[in-house]
Amino acid sequence: MKRIFALLLVIMCVFSGVAAASAAEKVLKIGVLGVMSGPAASWGLVNRYCAEAAAEIINEKGGFEIGGEKYKIQIVAIDDRNDPKVAVSGAERLIYEEKIHYIIGPNIDPTSMAIVPVIEKGGAISIPYAFSKKLFTAPASNAILGMIASYQAGPVIYRYLMDNKGIKTIAFVARNDSESLNQRDEGVEAARKLELEILADKDTYEPGTTDFFPVMSGVVAKKPDLLVLAGAAPSDTPLLIKTARELGFRGILSTETAQDARVIAELAGDAADGFISVGGASTPEIRSAQMEEFMKRYEKVAGEWNDEAGTKVYALEIILNTLKQAGPEAIEDVSKFKAAMDTFSMPNPYLKDGRPLHYIGTPYFLQKRQISVPMVVSVYEGGDFKTLFVGSVE
Amino acid sequence: MGQVLFNGIYTGVQYSLIALGLTLIFSLMNVLNFAHGQLYVLGGFVTYYVYGGMKLPFFVALLASALTLAAVGCLFQIFLFRRVMRRSVREESSMLLSAGTAMMIESLVLIFFGEKHRGVPAVVSGVYELGGVFIPRGRLLVIGLSFLFIVAFILFMRYTKPGRALRAMAQDPETASLMGVNTARYAILGWALAAMLAGMAGAILVPISGVNSGLGNWISIKTFIMIMTGGAGAISGAIAGGLALGMVESLGYHFFPGGETYLIIFIGLIAFLAVRPNGLMGKAV
Repeated sequence: MKRIFALLLVIMCVFSGVAAASAAEKVLKIGVLGVMSGPAASWGLVNRYCAEAAAEIINEKGGFEIGGEKYKIQIVAIDDRNDPKVAVSGAERLIYEEKIHYIIGPNIDPTSMAIVPVIEKGGAISIPYAFSKKLFTAPASNAILGMIASYQAGPVIYRYLMDNKGIKTIAFVARNDSESLNQRDEGVEAARKLELEILADKDTYEPGTTDFFPVMSGVVAKKPDLLVLAGAAPSDTPLLIKTARELGFRGILSTETAQDARVIAELAGDAADGFISVGGASTPEIRSAQMEEFMKRYEKVAGEWNDEAGTKVYALEIILNTLKQAGPEAIEDVSKFKAAMDTFSMPNPYLKDGRPLHYIGTPYFLQKRQISVPMVVSVYEGGDFKTLFVGSVE
Repeated sequence: MGQVLFNGIYTGVQYSLIALGLTLIFSLMNVLNFAHGQLYVLGGFVTYYVYGGMKLPFFVALLASALTLAAVGCLFQIFLFRRVMRRSVREESSMLLSAGTAMMIESLVLIFFGEKHRGVPAVVSGVYELGGVFIPRGRLLVIGLSFLFIVAFILFMRYTKPGRALRAMAQDPETASLMGVNTARYAILGWALAAMLAGMAGAILVPISGVNSGLGNWISIKTFIMIMTGGAGAISGAIAGGLALGMVESLGYHFFPGGETYLIIFIGLIAFLAVRPNGLMGKAV
């Protein structure tokens, strides 16, 4: 009898200890909603791996302090398969079942637009990686652009190439989906304003295409100085570059979306030398020690580094630090988070120069609904990206 | 126009090779294999690891893809399709099973090989320019290998005992069984051959197009277009359908660069099937 009593006592002690530990340890859940399967899986998975890697680093240091209390960060990831219906049900699950108020993603316009009513009604903030201005312009108020939009990077790159490489003609080739076509149209508009001669602006290819000879033959034959790959997915970009070079293209190739150097090296090799794209803060010339630490952790989480992560590392960082400024009430009440956005600023932890990381976007959306991700314009050379220049949307 | 024709031939020949496996399974077992594109992807990844990762010669990688996929085909037939088709009289069961296997392969490939698009160094490099037509040597190799495999497959089916047995099964499995053909064993051979063809197509295209886990569905859709055009179950139809789709695709991108190509292809397919529901070479059931 005594033994049984002692055993029960031990069990009770163990359970009460666990309960006490659980009560002491506060958890802040952050959602990641995006495409994590199918041809565009890398877009959403990079978001997820970035959040998981950053959360691991924070949790190992004891958690993130908000209002004097430490919170362990828990990432809840849902694959929306780039399907608006799935994105809506995913957002509902994150908000109503998981009680999450901050969601990183989705990745494209259709899914990002689809969840707008859900996040507005459910009192949540999303950080989409989609560029439609409707997402960030009033009456919409709960979406924050997580990266540089193509219509922001395009004119800067074109102007740079006009001044430094003397380009006069331009052509566009785009993936046949709403996101890429929108990016192409914005690029064409920007090129027109800069008085570049547009030689091609209608050529498209289907998502899932792996042979680009048919679509590129016509565009390359027009011999533009600059060939823009509008909205090109990381899987398409190296094949488009290689095909253009095989067809005798000698001009400059560029895109306004983030790309991965290893994928380009594997598929296009030296043919991609001189290719220009917009990256994050991961090039060796500009990255800080914190970025180095993050890259190592990312490799551990995802298996290998992906240059796309250089643009997507910012979402969790800015959510947590804005919550810190807004106070613990903002964890449940996003209106307090939004109020803090107007004045929030911190040194960019991923850049050596420590330029401010804050919310911008007023000239484009008439309200601050964009993270001030640095516009790192990079050029691919010898298997890696090198910083061409660091611009800003502001 | 020379470039358009070359593009059409290149695309058409590889499409024909991909379509052969799907039509073989359909003719033998009346199964529409929705996982055909995923088998192509798996073949591509085997070559990626053997040729790109282990740095073994390309033809070793090609052989590895062929053998691996043949083994996968055997396993599919023995452990999945044979059991389901024995127990279920409804054709939908095998279709649902193949759709399930497609999702399974896609998820497994994503887990084991990652989300990135993968590529390997070119087997042969350099580009010929003939009268303004650019002909990369790597693409000539793909055309040559595809042609070789297609011819070898036709010769196998026509002049070997297993090939004749498979053709007999495709025409009438009950009669073939009564004539002494071990249909259970030849069904396994049919699956092995079909999966092997998909895997070899994936393998020879990795040096040019690369491969990623999500490519399979689009490959399968294109393959269905080919065999519906050519006539489901007819080997000559698969070849004709592949060549036709390759050429139409090339012409479409030339004349309709604005994304209408596949809209036109699908409308054309609907109209064509309304007039000729059994395709170019298919026989009325």
